[in-house]
Amino acid sequence: MSIDLSQFFDVFFEESFEGLDAMEAELLNLEPGKEDSETINTIFRAAHSIKGGSGTFGFVSVSDFTHVLETLLDQIRDGQRVLTAEHVNLLLKSVDCVRGLLGALQAEEEPDLSEANELKARFEAILGGETSESVDVEEEHVASEVQQSTTYQIDFKPEPHLFKTGNEPLYMFSELAELGQLEVSAFHDGIPDFLEFDPEDCFLHWRFFLTTVKPEHAISEIFEWVEDDADIKIEACGGLFEDDTIGTPEVATQSEESGPLAAEQSASENQVDTSVQAEANLTAVQKKVESVKTSKTESKKSSDSTATSIRVGIDKVDSLINMVGELVITQAMLSQIGDQEITESSIAALQEGLAQLAHNTRDLQENVMRIRMLPISFVFSRFPRLVRDTSQKLNKQVELKLVGEQTELDKTVMEKLSDPMVHLVRNSLDHGLETPEERIANGKEPVGIVTLNAFHQGGNIVIEIMDDGKGLDTEKIRSKAIANGLISESDDLSVEEINELIFMPGFSTADSVSDISGRGVGMDVVRRNIQALNGSVEVTSKQGVGSTFTIRLPLTLAILDGQLVQVATHTYIIPLISIVESLQIDISKVSKVGKGLEVLRLRDEYIPILRLYDIFSHKGAREELDKTLLVVVESDNYKIGLLVDDLLAQQQVVIKSLEANYQKVDGISGATILGDGTVSLIIDISGLIKLSGLRRPGSTELLVDLKGEEAEPA
Amino acid sequence: MKKILAVDDSASMRQMVGFTLKKAGFDVTEAKDGSEALNLAKQQGFDAVISDVNMPVMDGITLIRELRSLPNYKFTPLLMLTTESGLDKKSEGKAAGATGWIVKPFNPDQLLAVLKKVIR
Repeated sequence: MSIDLSQFFDVFFEESFEGLDAMEAELLNLEPGKEDSETINTIFRAAHSIKGGSGTFGFVSVSDFTHVLETLLDQIRDGQRVLTAEHVNLLLKSVDCVRGLLGALQAEEEPDLSEANELKARFEAILGGETSESVDVEEEHVASEVQQSTTYQIDFKPEPHLFKTGNEPLYMFSELAELGQLEVSAFHDGIPDFLEFDPEDCFLHWRFFLTTVKPEHAISEIFEWVEDDADIKIEACGGLFEDDTIGTPEVATQSEESGPLAAEQSASENQVDTSVQAEANLTAVQKKVESVKTSKTESKKSSDSTATSIRVGIDKVDSLINMVGELVITQAMLSQIGDQEITESSIAALQEGLAQLAHNTRDLQENVMRIRMLPISFVFSRFPRLVRDTSQKLNKQVELKLVGEQTELDKTVMEKLSDPMVHLVRNSLDHGLETPEERIANGKEPVGIVTLNAFHQGGNIVIEIMDDGKGLDTEKIRSKAIANGLISESDDLSVEEINELIFMPGFSTADSVSDISGRGVGMDVVRRNIQALNGSVEVTSKQGVGSTFTIRLPLTLAILDGQLVQVATHTYIIPLISIVESLQIDISKVSKVGKGLEVLRLRDEYIPILRLYDIFSHKGAREELDKTLLVVVESDNYKIGLLVDDLLAQQQVVIKSLEANYQKVDGISGATILGDGTVSLIIDISGLIKLSGLRRPGSTELLVDLKGEEAEPA
Repeated sequence: MKKILAVDDSASMRQMVGFTLKKAGFDVTEAKDGSEALNLAKQQGFDAVISDVNMPVMDGITLIRELRSLPNYKFTPLLMLTTESGLDKKSEGKAAGATGWIVKPFNPDQLLAVLKKVIR
C-alpha cells in the first residue's frame, strides 16, 4: 500500500509546535526538587509524541534528538534520576532547538544540526553515554541474514490463558506458513475431562517443522507477543525437507513455491534489500512525476507562507452556522413578501422582515468578529520564558504575574502587539527593576515583580506592564533631553511631561543607551507601532515605587466606531475613540499665532484649529468659524480641533485598506463604503497633524510655547 | 467490515493510523485518549483496538486493563503503540491484557503487517 505521508505533515507540525509550547510552559513552572509527577508527565508526553510523530513521518533529525530528551524525562518520571536546574535549562534549550529543527523542516529547508548535536552530546553525558541500541540490533539482524534454507523444529505450548490476551494461534500459524514450507501436528493430550473443561482456555499444543530461508529471528518474531504466555522452542534440525538442490537453495525454494508467495517472500526478505531494489526500480517517469510533485508542493508552500491559520472553538463555528441559518430564513421570508402584491399589510410585514434582517446581520457580524478574537494568553505565554532568560542574564530575581490572560482581542492586533510588549517587558527588567542587593538596601523584597495585566475598557483593550522597580529618573531624562536639544533649559515641564519624553525619537540614538539609567531606547518605535494600530501608550512612574506602561488598543482593526462628518459635499469619518468633544466655536476665544494658525482657547488649553476643507482642498465648505463645528480630537496626548460643516451619524464602519486598493494617502487611514454606496475616507489624526505642519511639542515650539505666553487676539 | 478503534492523543498519528486502516478496508473510529476510547468501546463493539500508551486523562495501559475486564472485550485484540523499547512497558501492557505492541516509528505497511497478526 502506498500512502503519501506528507498529507499528515501540517497536522504534525501544528501539534508539535503546540507540544513544544506546552513543554516550555511546564518547564518554566518546574521547581527542581518540588516537581510534581503530572507536570513531568505532561512534558514527557509532549516529547514522546514529537518523537513518535517525527519518526513516523520520516523526520529523523528530530526523532534522533528527541530520543535523548525522552530518555532523560523517562528516567526522571520513573524516579531513577532527580531533576536538577541544569536539566531544566538543558530541556528549555532543547525546546528551542526542536522548534528550530521543525521550523526548518516545515519550510522544507535542511535543518542546521550543529546545535542539536551539541545538546545531544550534553544529554548523552548526563545519561552516561547510552547510545541508541536499536540501530545495533538492526545491523546485527542484517548481518546474520542467511540465504540458505534451514528446517526448524518449533514446539509451541501455550498457557491455557492464551486466548485471553486476544492472541489467535491460527493467525500465527498462517504467518509461519508464509515463511516457507510448514508441517503442523497438534497434540490434544492436555485436554482435561469434560467437567473440568473450560472452553475459554487453550489446551492444545503444537509442533511445526518449517523449512525456510528466513533467519531464526523471523520465526521468533511471530511468537514475540506470546513468548511469556507459552513454552516456545525453536531449534534448527537439519534438512527434514531438504532435497538435492542444497547448492542453490534460493532457486529451489522459489521454484517449489507458488509465484506470488515467492515474490512476496523475497520482497519482504529484509528492509535494506527492498528499499535498494525499490530505488533501482523507480523508472525515469516515476522519478519525473516525483520531482514535479515536490516542486509543486514547494511552490504551494512558499505562496502559503504568508497565510496564517486560526484555530477556532467549535462552539463559535456552530453559532455562526446557526446565525447563517437564521439569515436564510429571513431572506426566504423577505423574498416571499417580495413576490406578493404590495399592500398595506405586506409593507408592515416587509418592515418587520427588515428589522429582523438588521438584527440577524448584527448578530452575525458580532459572531464573525468573535472568530478572530483570541485570548491574550497567546501573547502573554511567551513572557515567562523571556523573563526567566533575561533575569538570569541580568542577575536579577523577578516574579512575573499575569492577570487577565483570558481577555480576548483580534488576532491581527495581537500579532502586532507582541514586539512592543517584549520591548517594554525587557525594559522593565533591565532598567526598571533593581538588583536584589539594591532592593534590599532600599527596604524592598529582593524579588522584583513585573505584572502584565489585560482588561477591556469600553471598546478597547488595555494592557498594563507594571514593575515595582525604581521608577523613571526624571532628572536624568530631563538633562538628557536638554543635551539632545529636545527641550530647552528654560522649559518648565511637569513630571508627566518629562516622562513622556522617553517616547521621543531623540532618546533612541545609540549613544544614549549606555549613559541613561532611565528608559527610552527604542521607545519611539514602540509608540509608533502601537499608534499604527490606532492605539496609544502612556507611562506613569513614581520614583522608588515603580513604573506602569499602559497600552490602549482597539479590539479589532477591521471595524471602527466612527463619527461621520460633512466637509463641503464630502463625508469623512473620524474615529469615535479619538473624539474628545464637539462644539460650536465662540470666536471671541480664537486667536492667531505664528503663520496664520488659529487656536481656540478652550478652558485652560489652546486648541489649534485645522480646517479640513483646506487640508483636503475642497471648495464650497463653510469657512466662517461661527457657522461651523469644531471636533476636538486627541492623539499622542495632544488635542487639535477639526473644522467641519456638520456632524452626521455615528456608526460602525468596516475599514477597507486604501493602501491595498489604491495607495497610501497622508492623513487618511483607510476608507469605508457607506449605506448609500459612496466611499468615505477615514481620518488618521496623527497623520493629519503631520500633514498640517503642526508638530509635536518637544520637537517644535508649538503647544509647549503656547502654555507659557498669551497668544495675541485674532 | 471489521471495526477498529484507534486511540492516540496526537492528531497526526491518529490521522495516519486512521487513514491507513481505512484505505486497507477497515471501519475506523478515532479517540483522543483512553477515557474517550473506553466510552466508545462500551457503546459499540470493535474487532480490535490500537492504542497509544502515553496519553492524558487515561493512559493506554489503563485503557487495556479496563477493556479486558469488559465481557465483550475478553478476546478482542488490543494492541499498544509504543516507542519504548524497554521491556517494562511491554510487560506492563501484557499484564494489563494487551495482545501485543507496535513500536513507533512505523510506516503504514508495518502497521498493516502487524495487524494481520490479530485480525483477518
